[in-house]
Amino acid sequence: MAFLELEGVRKEFADTVAVEGFDLVADKGEFVSFLGPSGCGKTTTLRMIAGFELPTAGSIRIDGTDVTNRPPNRRNVGMVFQSYALFPNMTVADNIGFGLKVRGRPRDQIKQRVGELLDLIHLGGRGERFPWQLSGGQQQRVALARALAIEPQVLLLDEPLSALDAKIRIALRHQIRSIQRQLGITTVYVTHDQEEALSLSDRVVVMSDGRIEQIGAPADIYNFPATRFVASFVGTLNLLDARVVEASTGRVSVAGQEIRTGVAVDTGHDGSEATVAIRPEGIELGTDGGTNRLTGTVEDVSFLGSIVRTRLRLHEDGTTLSLDTFNDPNLMPPSIDTAVTVSFPPEACLVLARPTAVAAEQRDAVAAAEALL
Amino acid sequence: MTTATATAAQGARRRRRGFGAWWAWVVFILGALYFILPLIGVFAHSIRTRPDIFLAYRQVFADPAFFRGLGYSFLAGLLTVVISLLIIVPTAYWVRLRVPQLRPVVEFVTLMPFVIPPVVLAFGLIRIYSQGPVRLASTDTGLNVMLVGAYVVLSFPYMYRAVDTGLAAIDVRTLTEAAQSLGSGWARILSRVIFPNLRTSLLSGAFLTLAIVIGEYTIAQVLARTTAFAPYLSLLGRNQPYQPAAVSLISFGLTWLAMILIAFLGRGSRTRVQVAGAR
Amino acid sequence: MADVAAVREQEARIAPPAPSRLSWSWLGLVPFFLFCTAFLFLPVAFLVIGSFNDRAGNLTLQNYADLSTGIIPGAFANSIEVSLVTAVAGGVFGFLLAASVVLGGLPRVLRSGLMTFSGVASNFAGIPLALAFIFTLGTLGFLTTLLQSLGLTGFRGVNLTSKLGVEVVYMYFQFPLMVLIIAPALEGLRREWREAAENMGASAFQYWRHVALPILTPSILGAMILLFGNSFGAQATAFQLTGGTLPLVTLVISSQIRGDVLHNPGLGYAMSMGMVVIMGMSILLYTLLQRRAERWLRS
Repeated sequence: MAFLELEGVRKEFADTVAVEGFDLVADKGEFVSFLGPSGCGKTTTLRMIAGFELPTAGSIRIDGTDVTNRPPNRRNVGMVFQSYALFPNMTVADNIGFGLKVRGRPRDQIKQRVGELLDLIHLGGRGERFPWQLSGGQQQRVALARALAIEPQVLLLDEPLSALDAKIRIALRHQIRSIQRQLGITTVYVTHDQEEALSLSDRVVVMSDGRIEQIGAPADIYNFPATRFVASFVGTLNLLDARVVEASTGRVSVAGQEIRTGVAVDTGHDGSEATVAIRPEGIELGTDGGTNRLTGTVEDVSFLGSIVRTRLRLHEDGTTLSLDTFNDPNLMPPSIDTAVTVSFPPEACLVLARPTAVAAEQRDAVAAAEALL
Repeated sequence: MTTATATAAQGARRRRRGFGAWWAWVVFILGALYFILPLIGVFAHSIRTRPDIFLAYRQVFADPAFFRGLGYSFLAGLLTVVISLLIIVPTAYWVRLRVPQLRPVVEFVTLMPFVIPPVVLAFGLIRIYSQGPVRLASTDTGLNVMLVGAYVVLSFPYMYRAVDTGLAAIDVRTLTEAAQSLGSGWARILSRVIFPNLRTSLLSGAFLTLAIVIGEYTIAQVLARTTAFAPYLSLLGRNQPYQPAAVSLISFGLTWLAMILIAFLGRGSRTRVQVAGAR
Repeated sequence: MADVAAVREQEARIAPPAPSRLSWSWLGLVPFFLFCTAFLFLPVAFLVIGSFNDRAGNLTLQNYADLSTGIIPGAFANSIEVSLVTAVAGGVFGFLLAASVVLGGLPRVLRSGLMTFSGVASNFAGIPLALAFIFTLGTLGFLTTLLQSLGLTGFRGVNLTSKLGVEVVYMYFQFPLMVLIIAPALEGLRREWREAAENMGASAFQYWRHVALPILTPSILGAMILLFGNSFGAQATAFQLTGGTLPLVTLVISSQIRGDVLHNPGLGYAMSMGMVVIMGMSILLYTLLQRRAERWLRS
């Protein structure tokens, strides 16, 4: 059941195209994230749904009604800002009740609704405080309650957690999701944090340079990235330069060692250049991980808590490969400069085309995206 | 949504971004008129002399009293700036470095001139120094000393703030320790390290002080400094038809010059010391 | 009075052998305090003491009681009226002017131009300002004759020796001062506040009524108080305009200095103290409002 629909949405600013060809249909109660690096157009799209920006072309419908050019104060959409944007001159209760007040609701009705919302965000009894008396996390909860007070058709969150500490961020993330489920409200969540997007959403829209790269469930996005950009932006990824040995059987050579990919290489002929992508967690130390084998020397071992990431040097030319293993206190991680063999199944490999002209450019974009992670 | 409303909404937005709202233009033009009309008025008056429209200016520049007044007030302004800097820079520095507990006291004292109008300060000065052991008011030199002393006090509020914000920006403590570790003495630290780093805020404060002292009337008049620029202009304004307009315009030009210099110095920095109060 | 009490209090705070770190360090402030003593504390203390003495040197409160006699109440009333009118009018107009460049979407050139002009105009006061208005709006002024030649034959200019005249002239430095003080506060209004309000269904009017104006109120009030003090302490402009015929506190004090027009030196001192008290209260109020404004606008 289509509830929020964006069709062919395009936004141009003076001399740049911020968003183009944006199509999305979200169901009622769905939680959709826009994920991408800064400047990819995700916030601009959100602001068009809220009405702060008007699309240059295309249309936006909420529950079947075209709201494309409707001013923001006449859309029924709730927005939570990155910087909270609480009104400093009002108490928490007045902030939450503001939307009802400007709608001319009776005083006691507002009071009751504010009380409910304060309980919902676990700030019951603190309605008389001022924003500056609250912590950042508390302020953002108030902002959420304020956006929900008007019973919006759609809830929009613009990087709501990025100004908060890591611990609070995770706690609040869960709280947002549980409140959203409780109310069954259609939600669009903008973030550049892939972990946030993957853990919260029903569906993720990955964006880059104003375009949609992929729309899909978190697991699909992670496991079956449609483009090289998605593959590299979502999660950590080994990108290895490869030469196609036999396209029909999926045999390629990486750093002088031959491996087999799960499917035939359809992006090039024998002898052409390609890129092989492998997730670090798809590779195992030793020979139990699958039929593909690669050998190299250990360059670095970093301890990341529940996992240990090992980096191997595969070749003198500097080709490296990272792999993740679960942290097992009974096992010693490999020591640096020892030679090891790693293994992985053909299905763990993804072959991406490497057209020569744009390759360098694309690699820069990927590097930039990776730097963000 | 109908297309008509859509274009209206789009139009509203375009207006906000591009050319500005109509009310903004009305207010702005009114403000500009208020600003410019009196200047046109003075200028028109200053060239009313016929047939030689520049007669007033010629007369002013031929009048030794004009240069005497400007020279006297300029000198008083320079002395004020120098003394004010010599007192405020070490004090602000010392407060930051050694006696931060006394900061509220010093701040309070430097703000006192805001509370004590110039006419009241001049009143107290002339009375206390016309009697008792120190009779500064009985000699010309004494009166000059009192004049500069009062101006220095008047410059404290913005001078102290300028220097203090300047010091805040450069981390005095580290600079001082660095200088000391290289074996510099206090005088050297002040003259070689602190002063150069404060140059922008000091110069802004100095130009503001100069502009104000040159135009100051009340204290100069109470202390009978009739040679000073403002008392000279005041007298001229009562006795001459066209010259006062010419001198007023010149005086305005000097204020403008000082402000332009301050704005020029302040490019990029957030220090703003532009207001010293009315007279 | 208030100041001297405060000064004594400070001296008391300096004097005792306070925390060991203080020890001799305060000696570095001696030049500053010596200078202030000679040119600030002593003159003010003289006025304070004098205001409590009669002609024979006896302690008395009579001088303060006498503030309600003669031209003095009128002078205070005039000064307060002129200051209030120019503070409110200058405040409102200055606010609109600042808003026109900060929020009204005018080209950026006009904004920096306005700020520089405000710096000049707020410091361009005194004799030349008075003369400029005499030559513009006086009986033979440029604008007066211009309007007359345009058909407004009845227009005789503004009587610049009247209260209205003084107010018109004071506006020249009042509204630019307002622009300088209020522009940063207007810039502190965050775009998100407006968007949040719009998002919740508020109209532009409701946003201003419930959000922007309340947030700006402390800043606006504080700035107007500063304008009040600015006008209250001004002397030269009014003197040149009126020649002292309009009784304003500063003008009465300056003629008292020249020739004891009040026929009682102590009364002149008490009058000065009255001014200091009013100025002190405005600055105090300003500081309190400023503190609140900063807490709100800080993010």
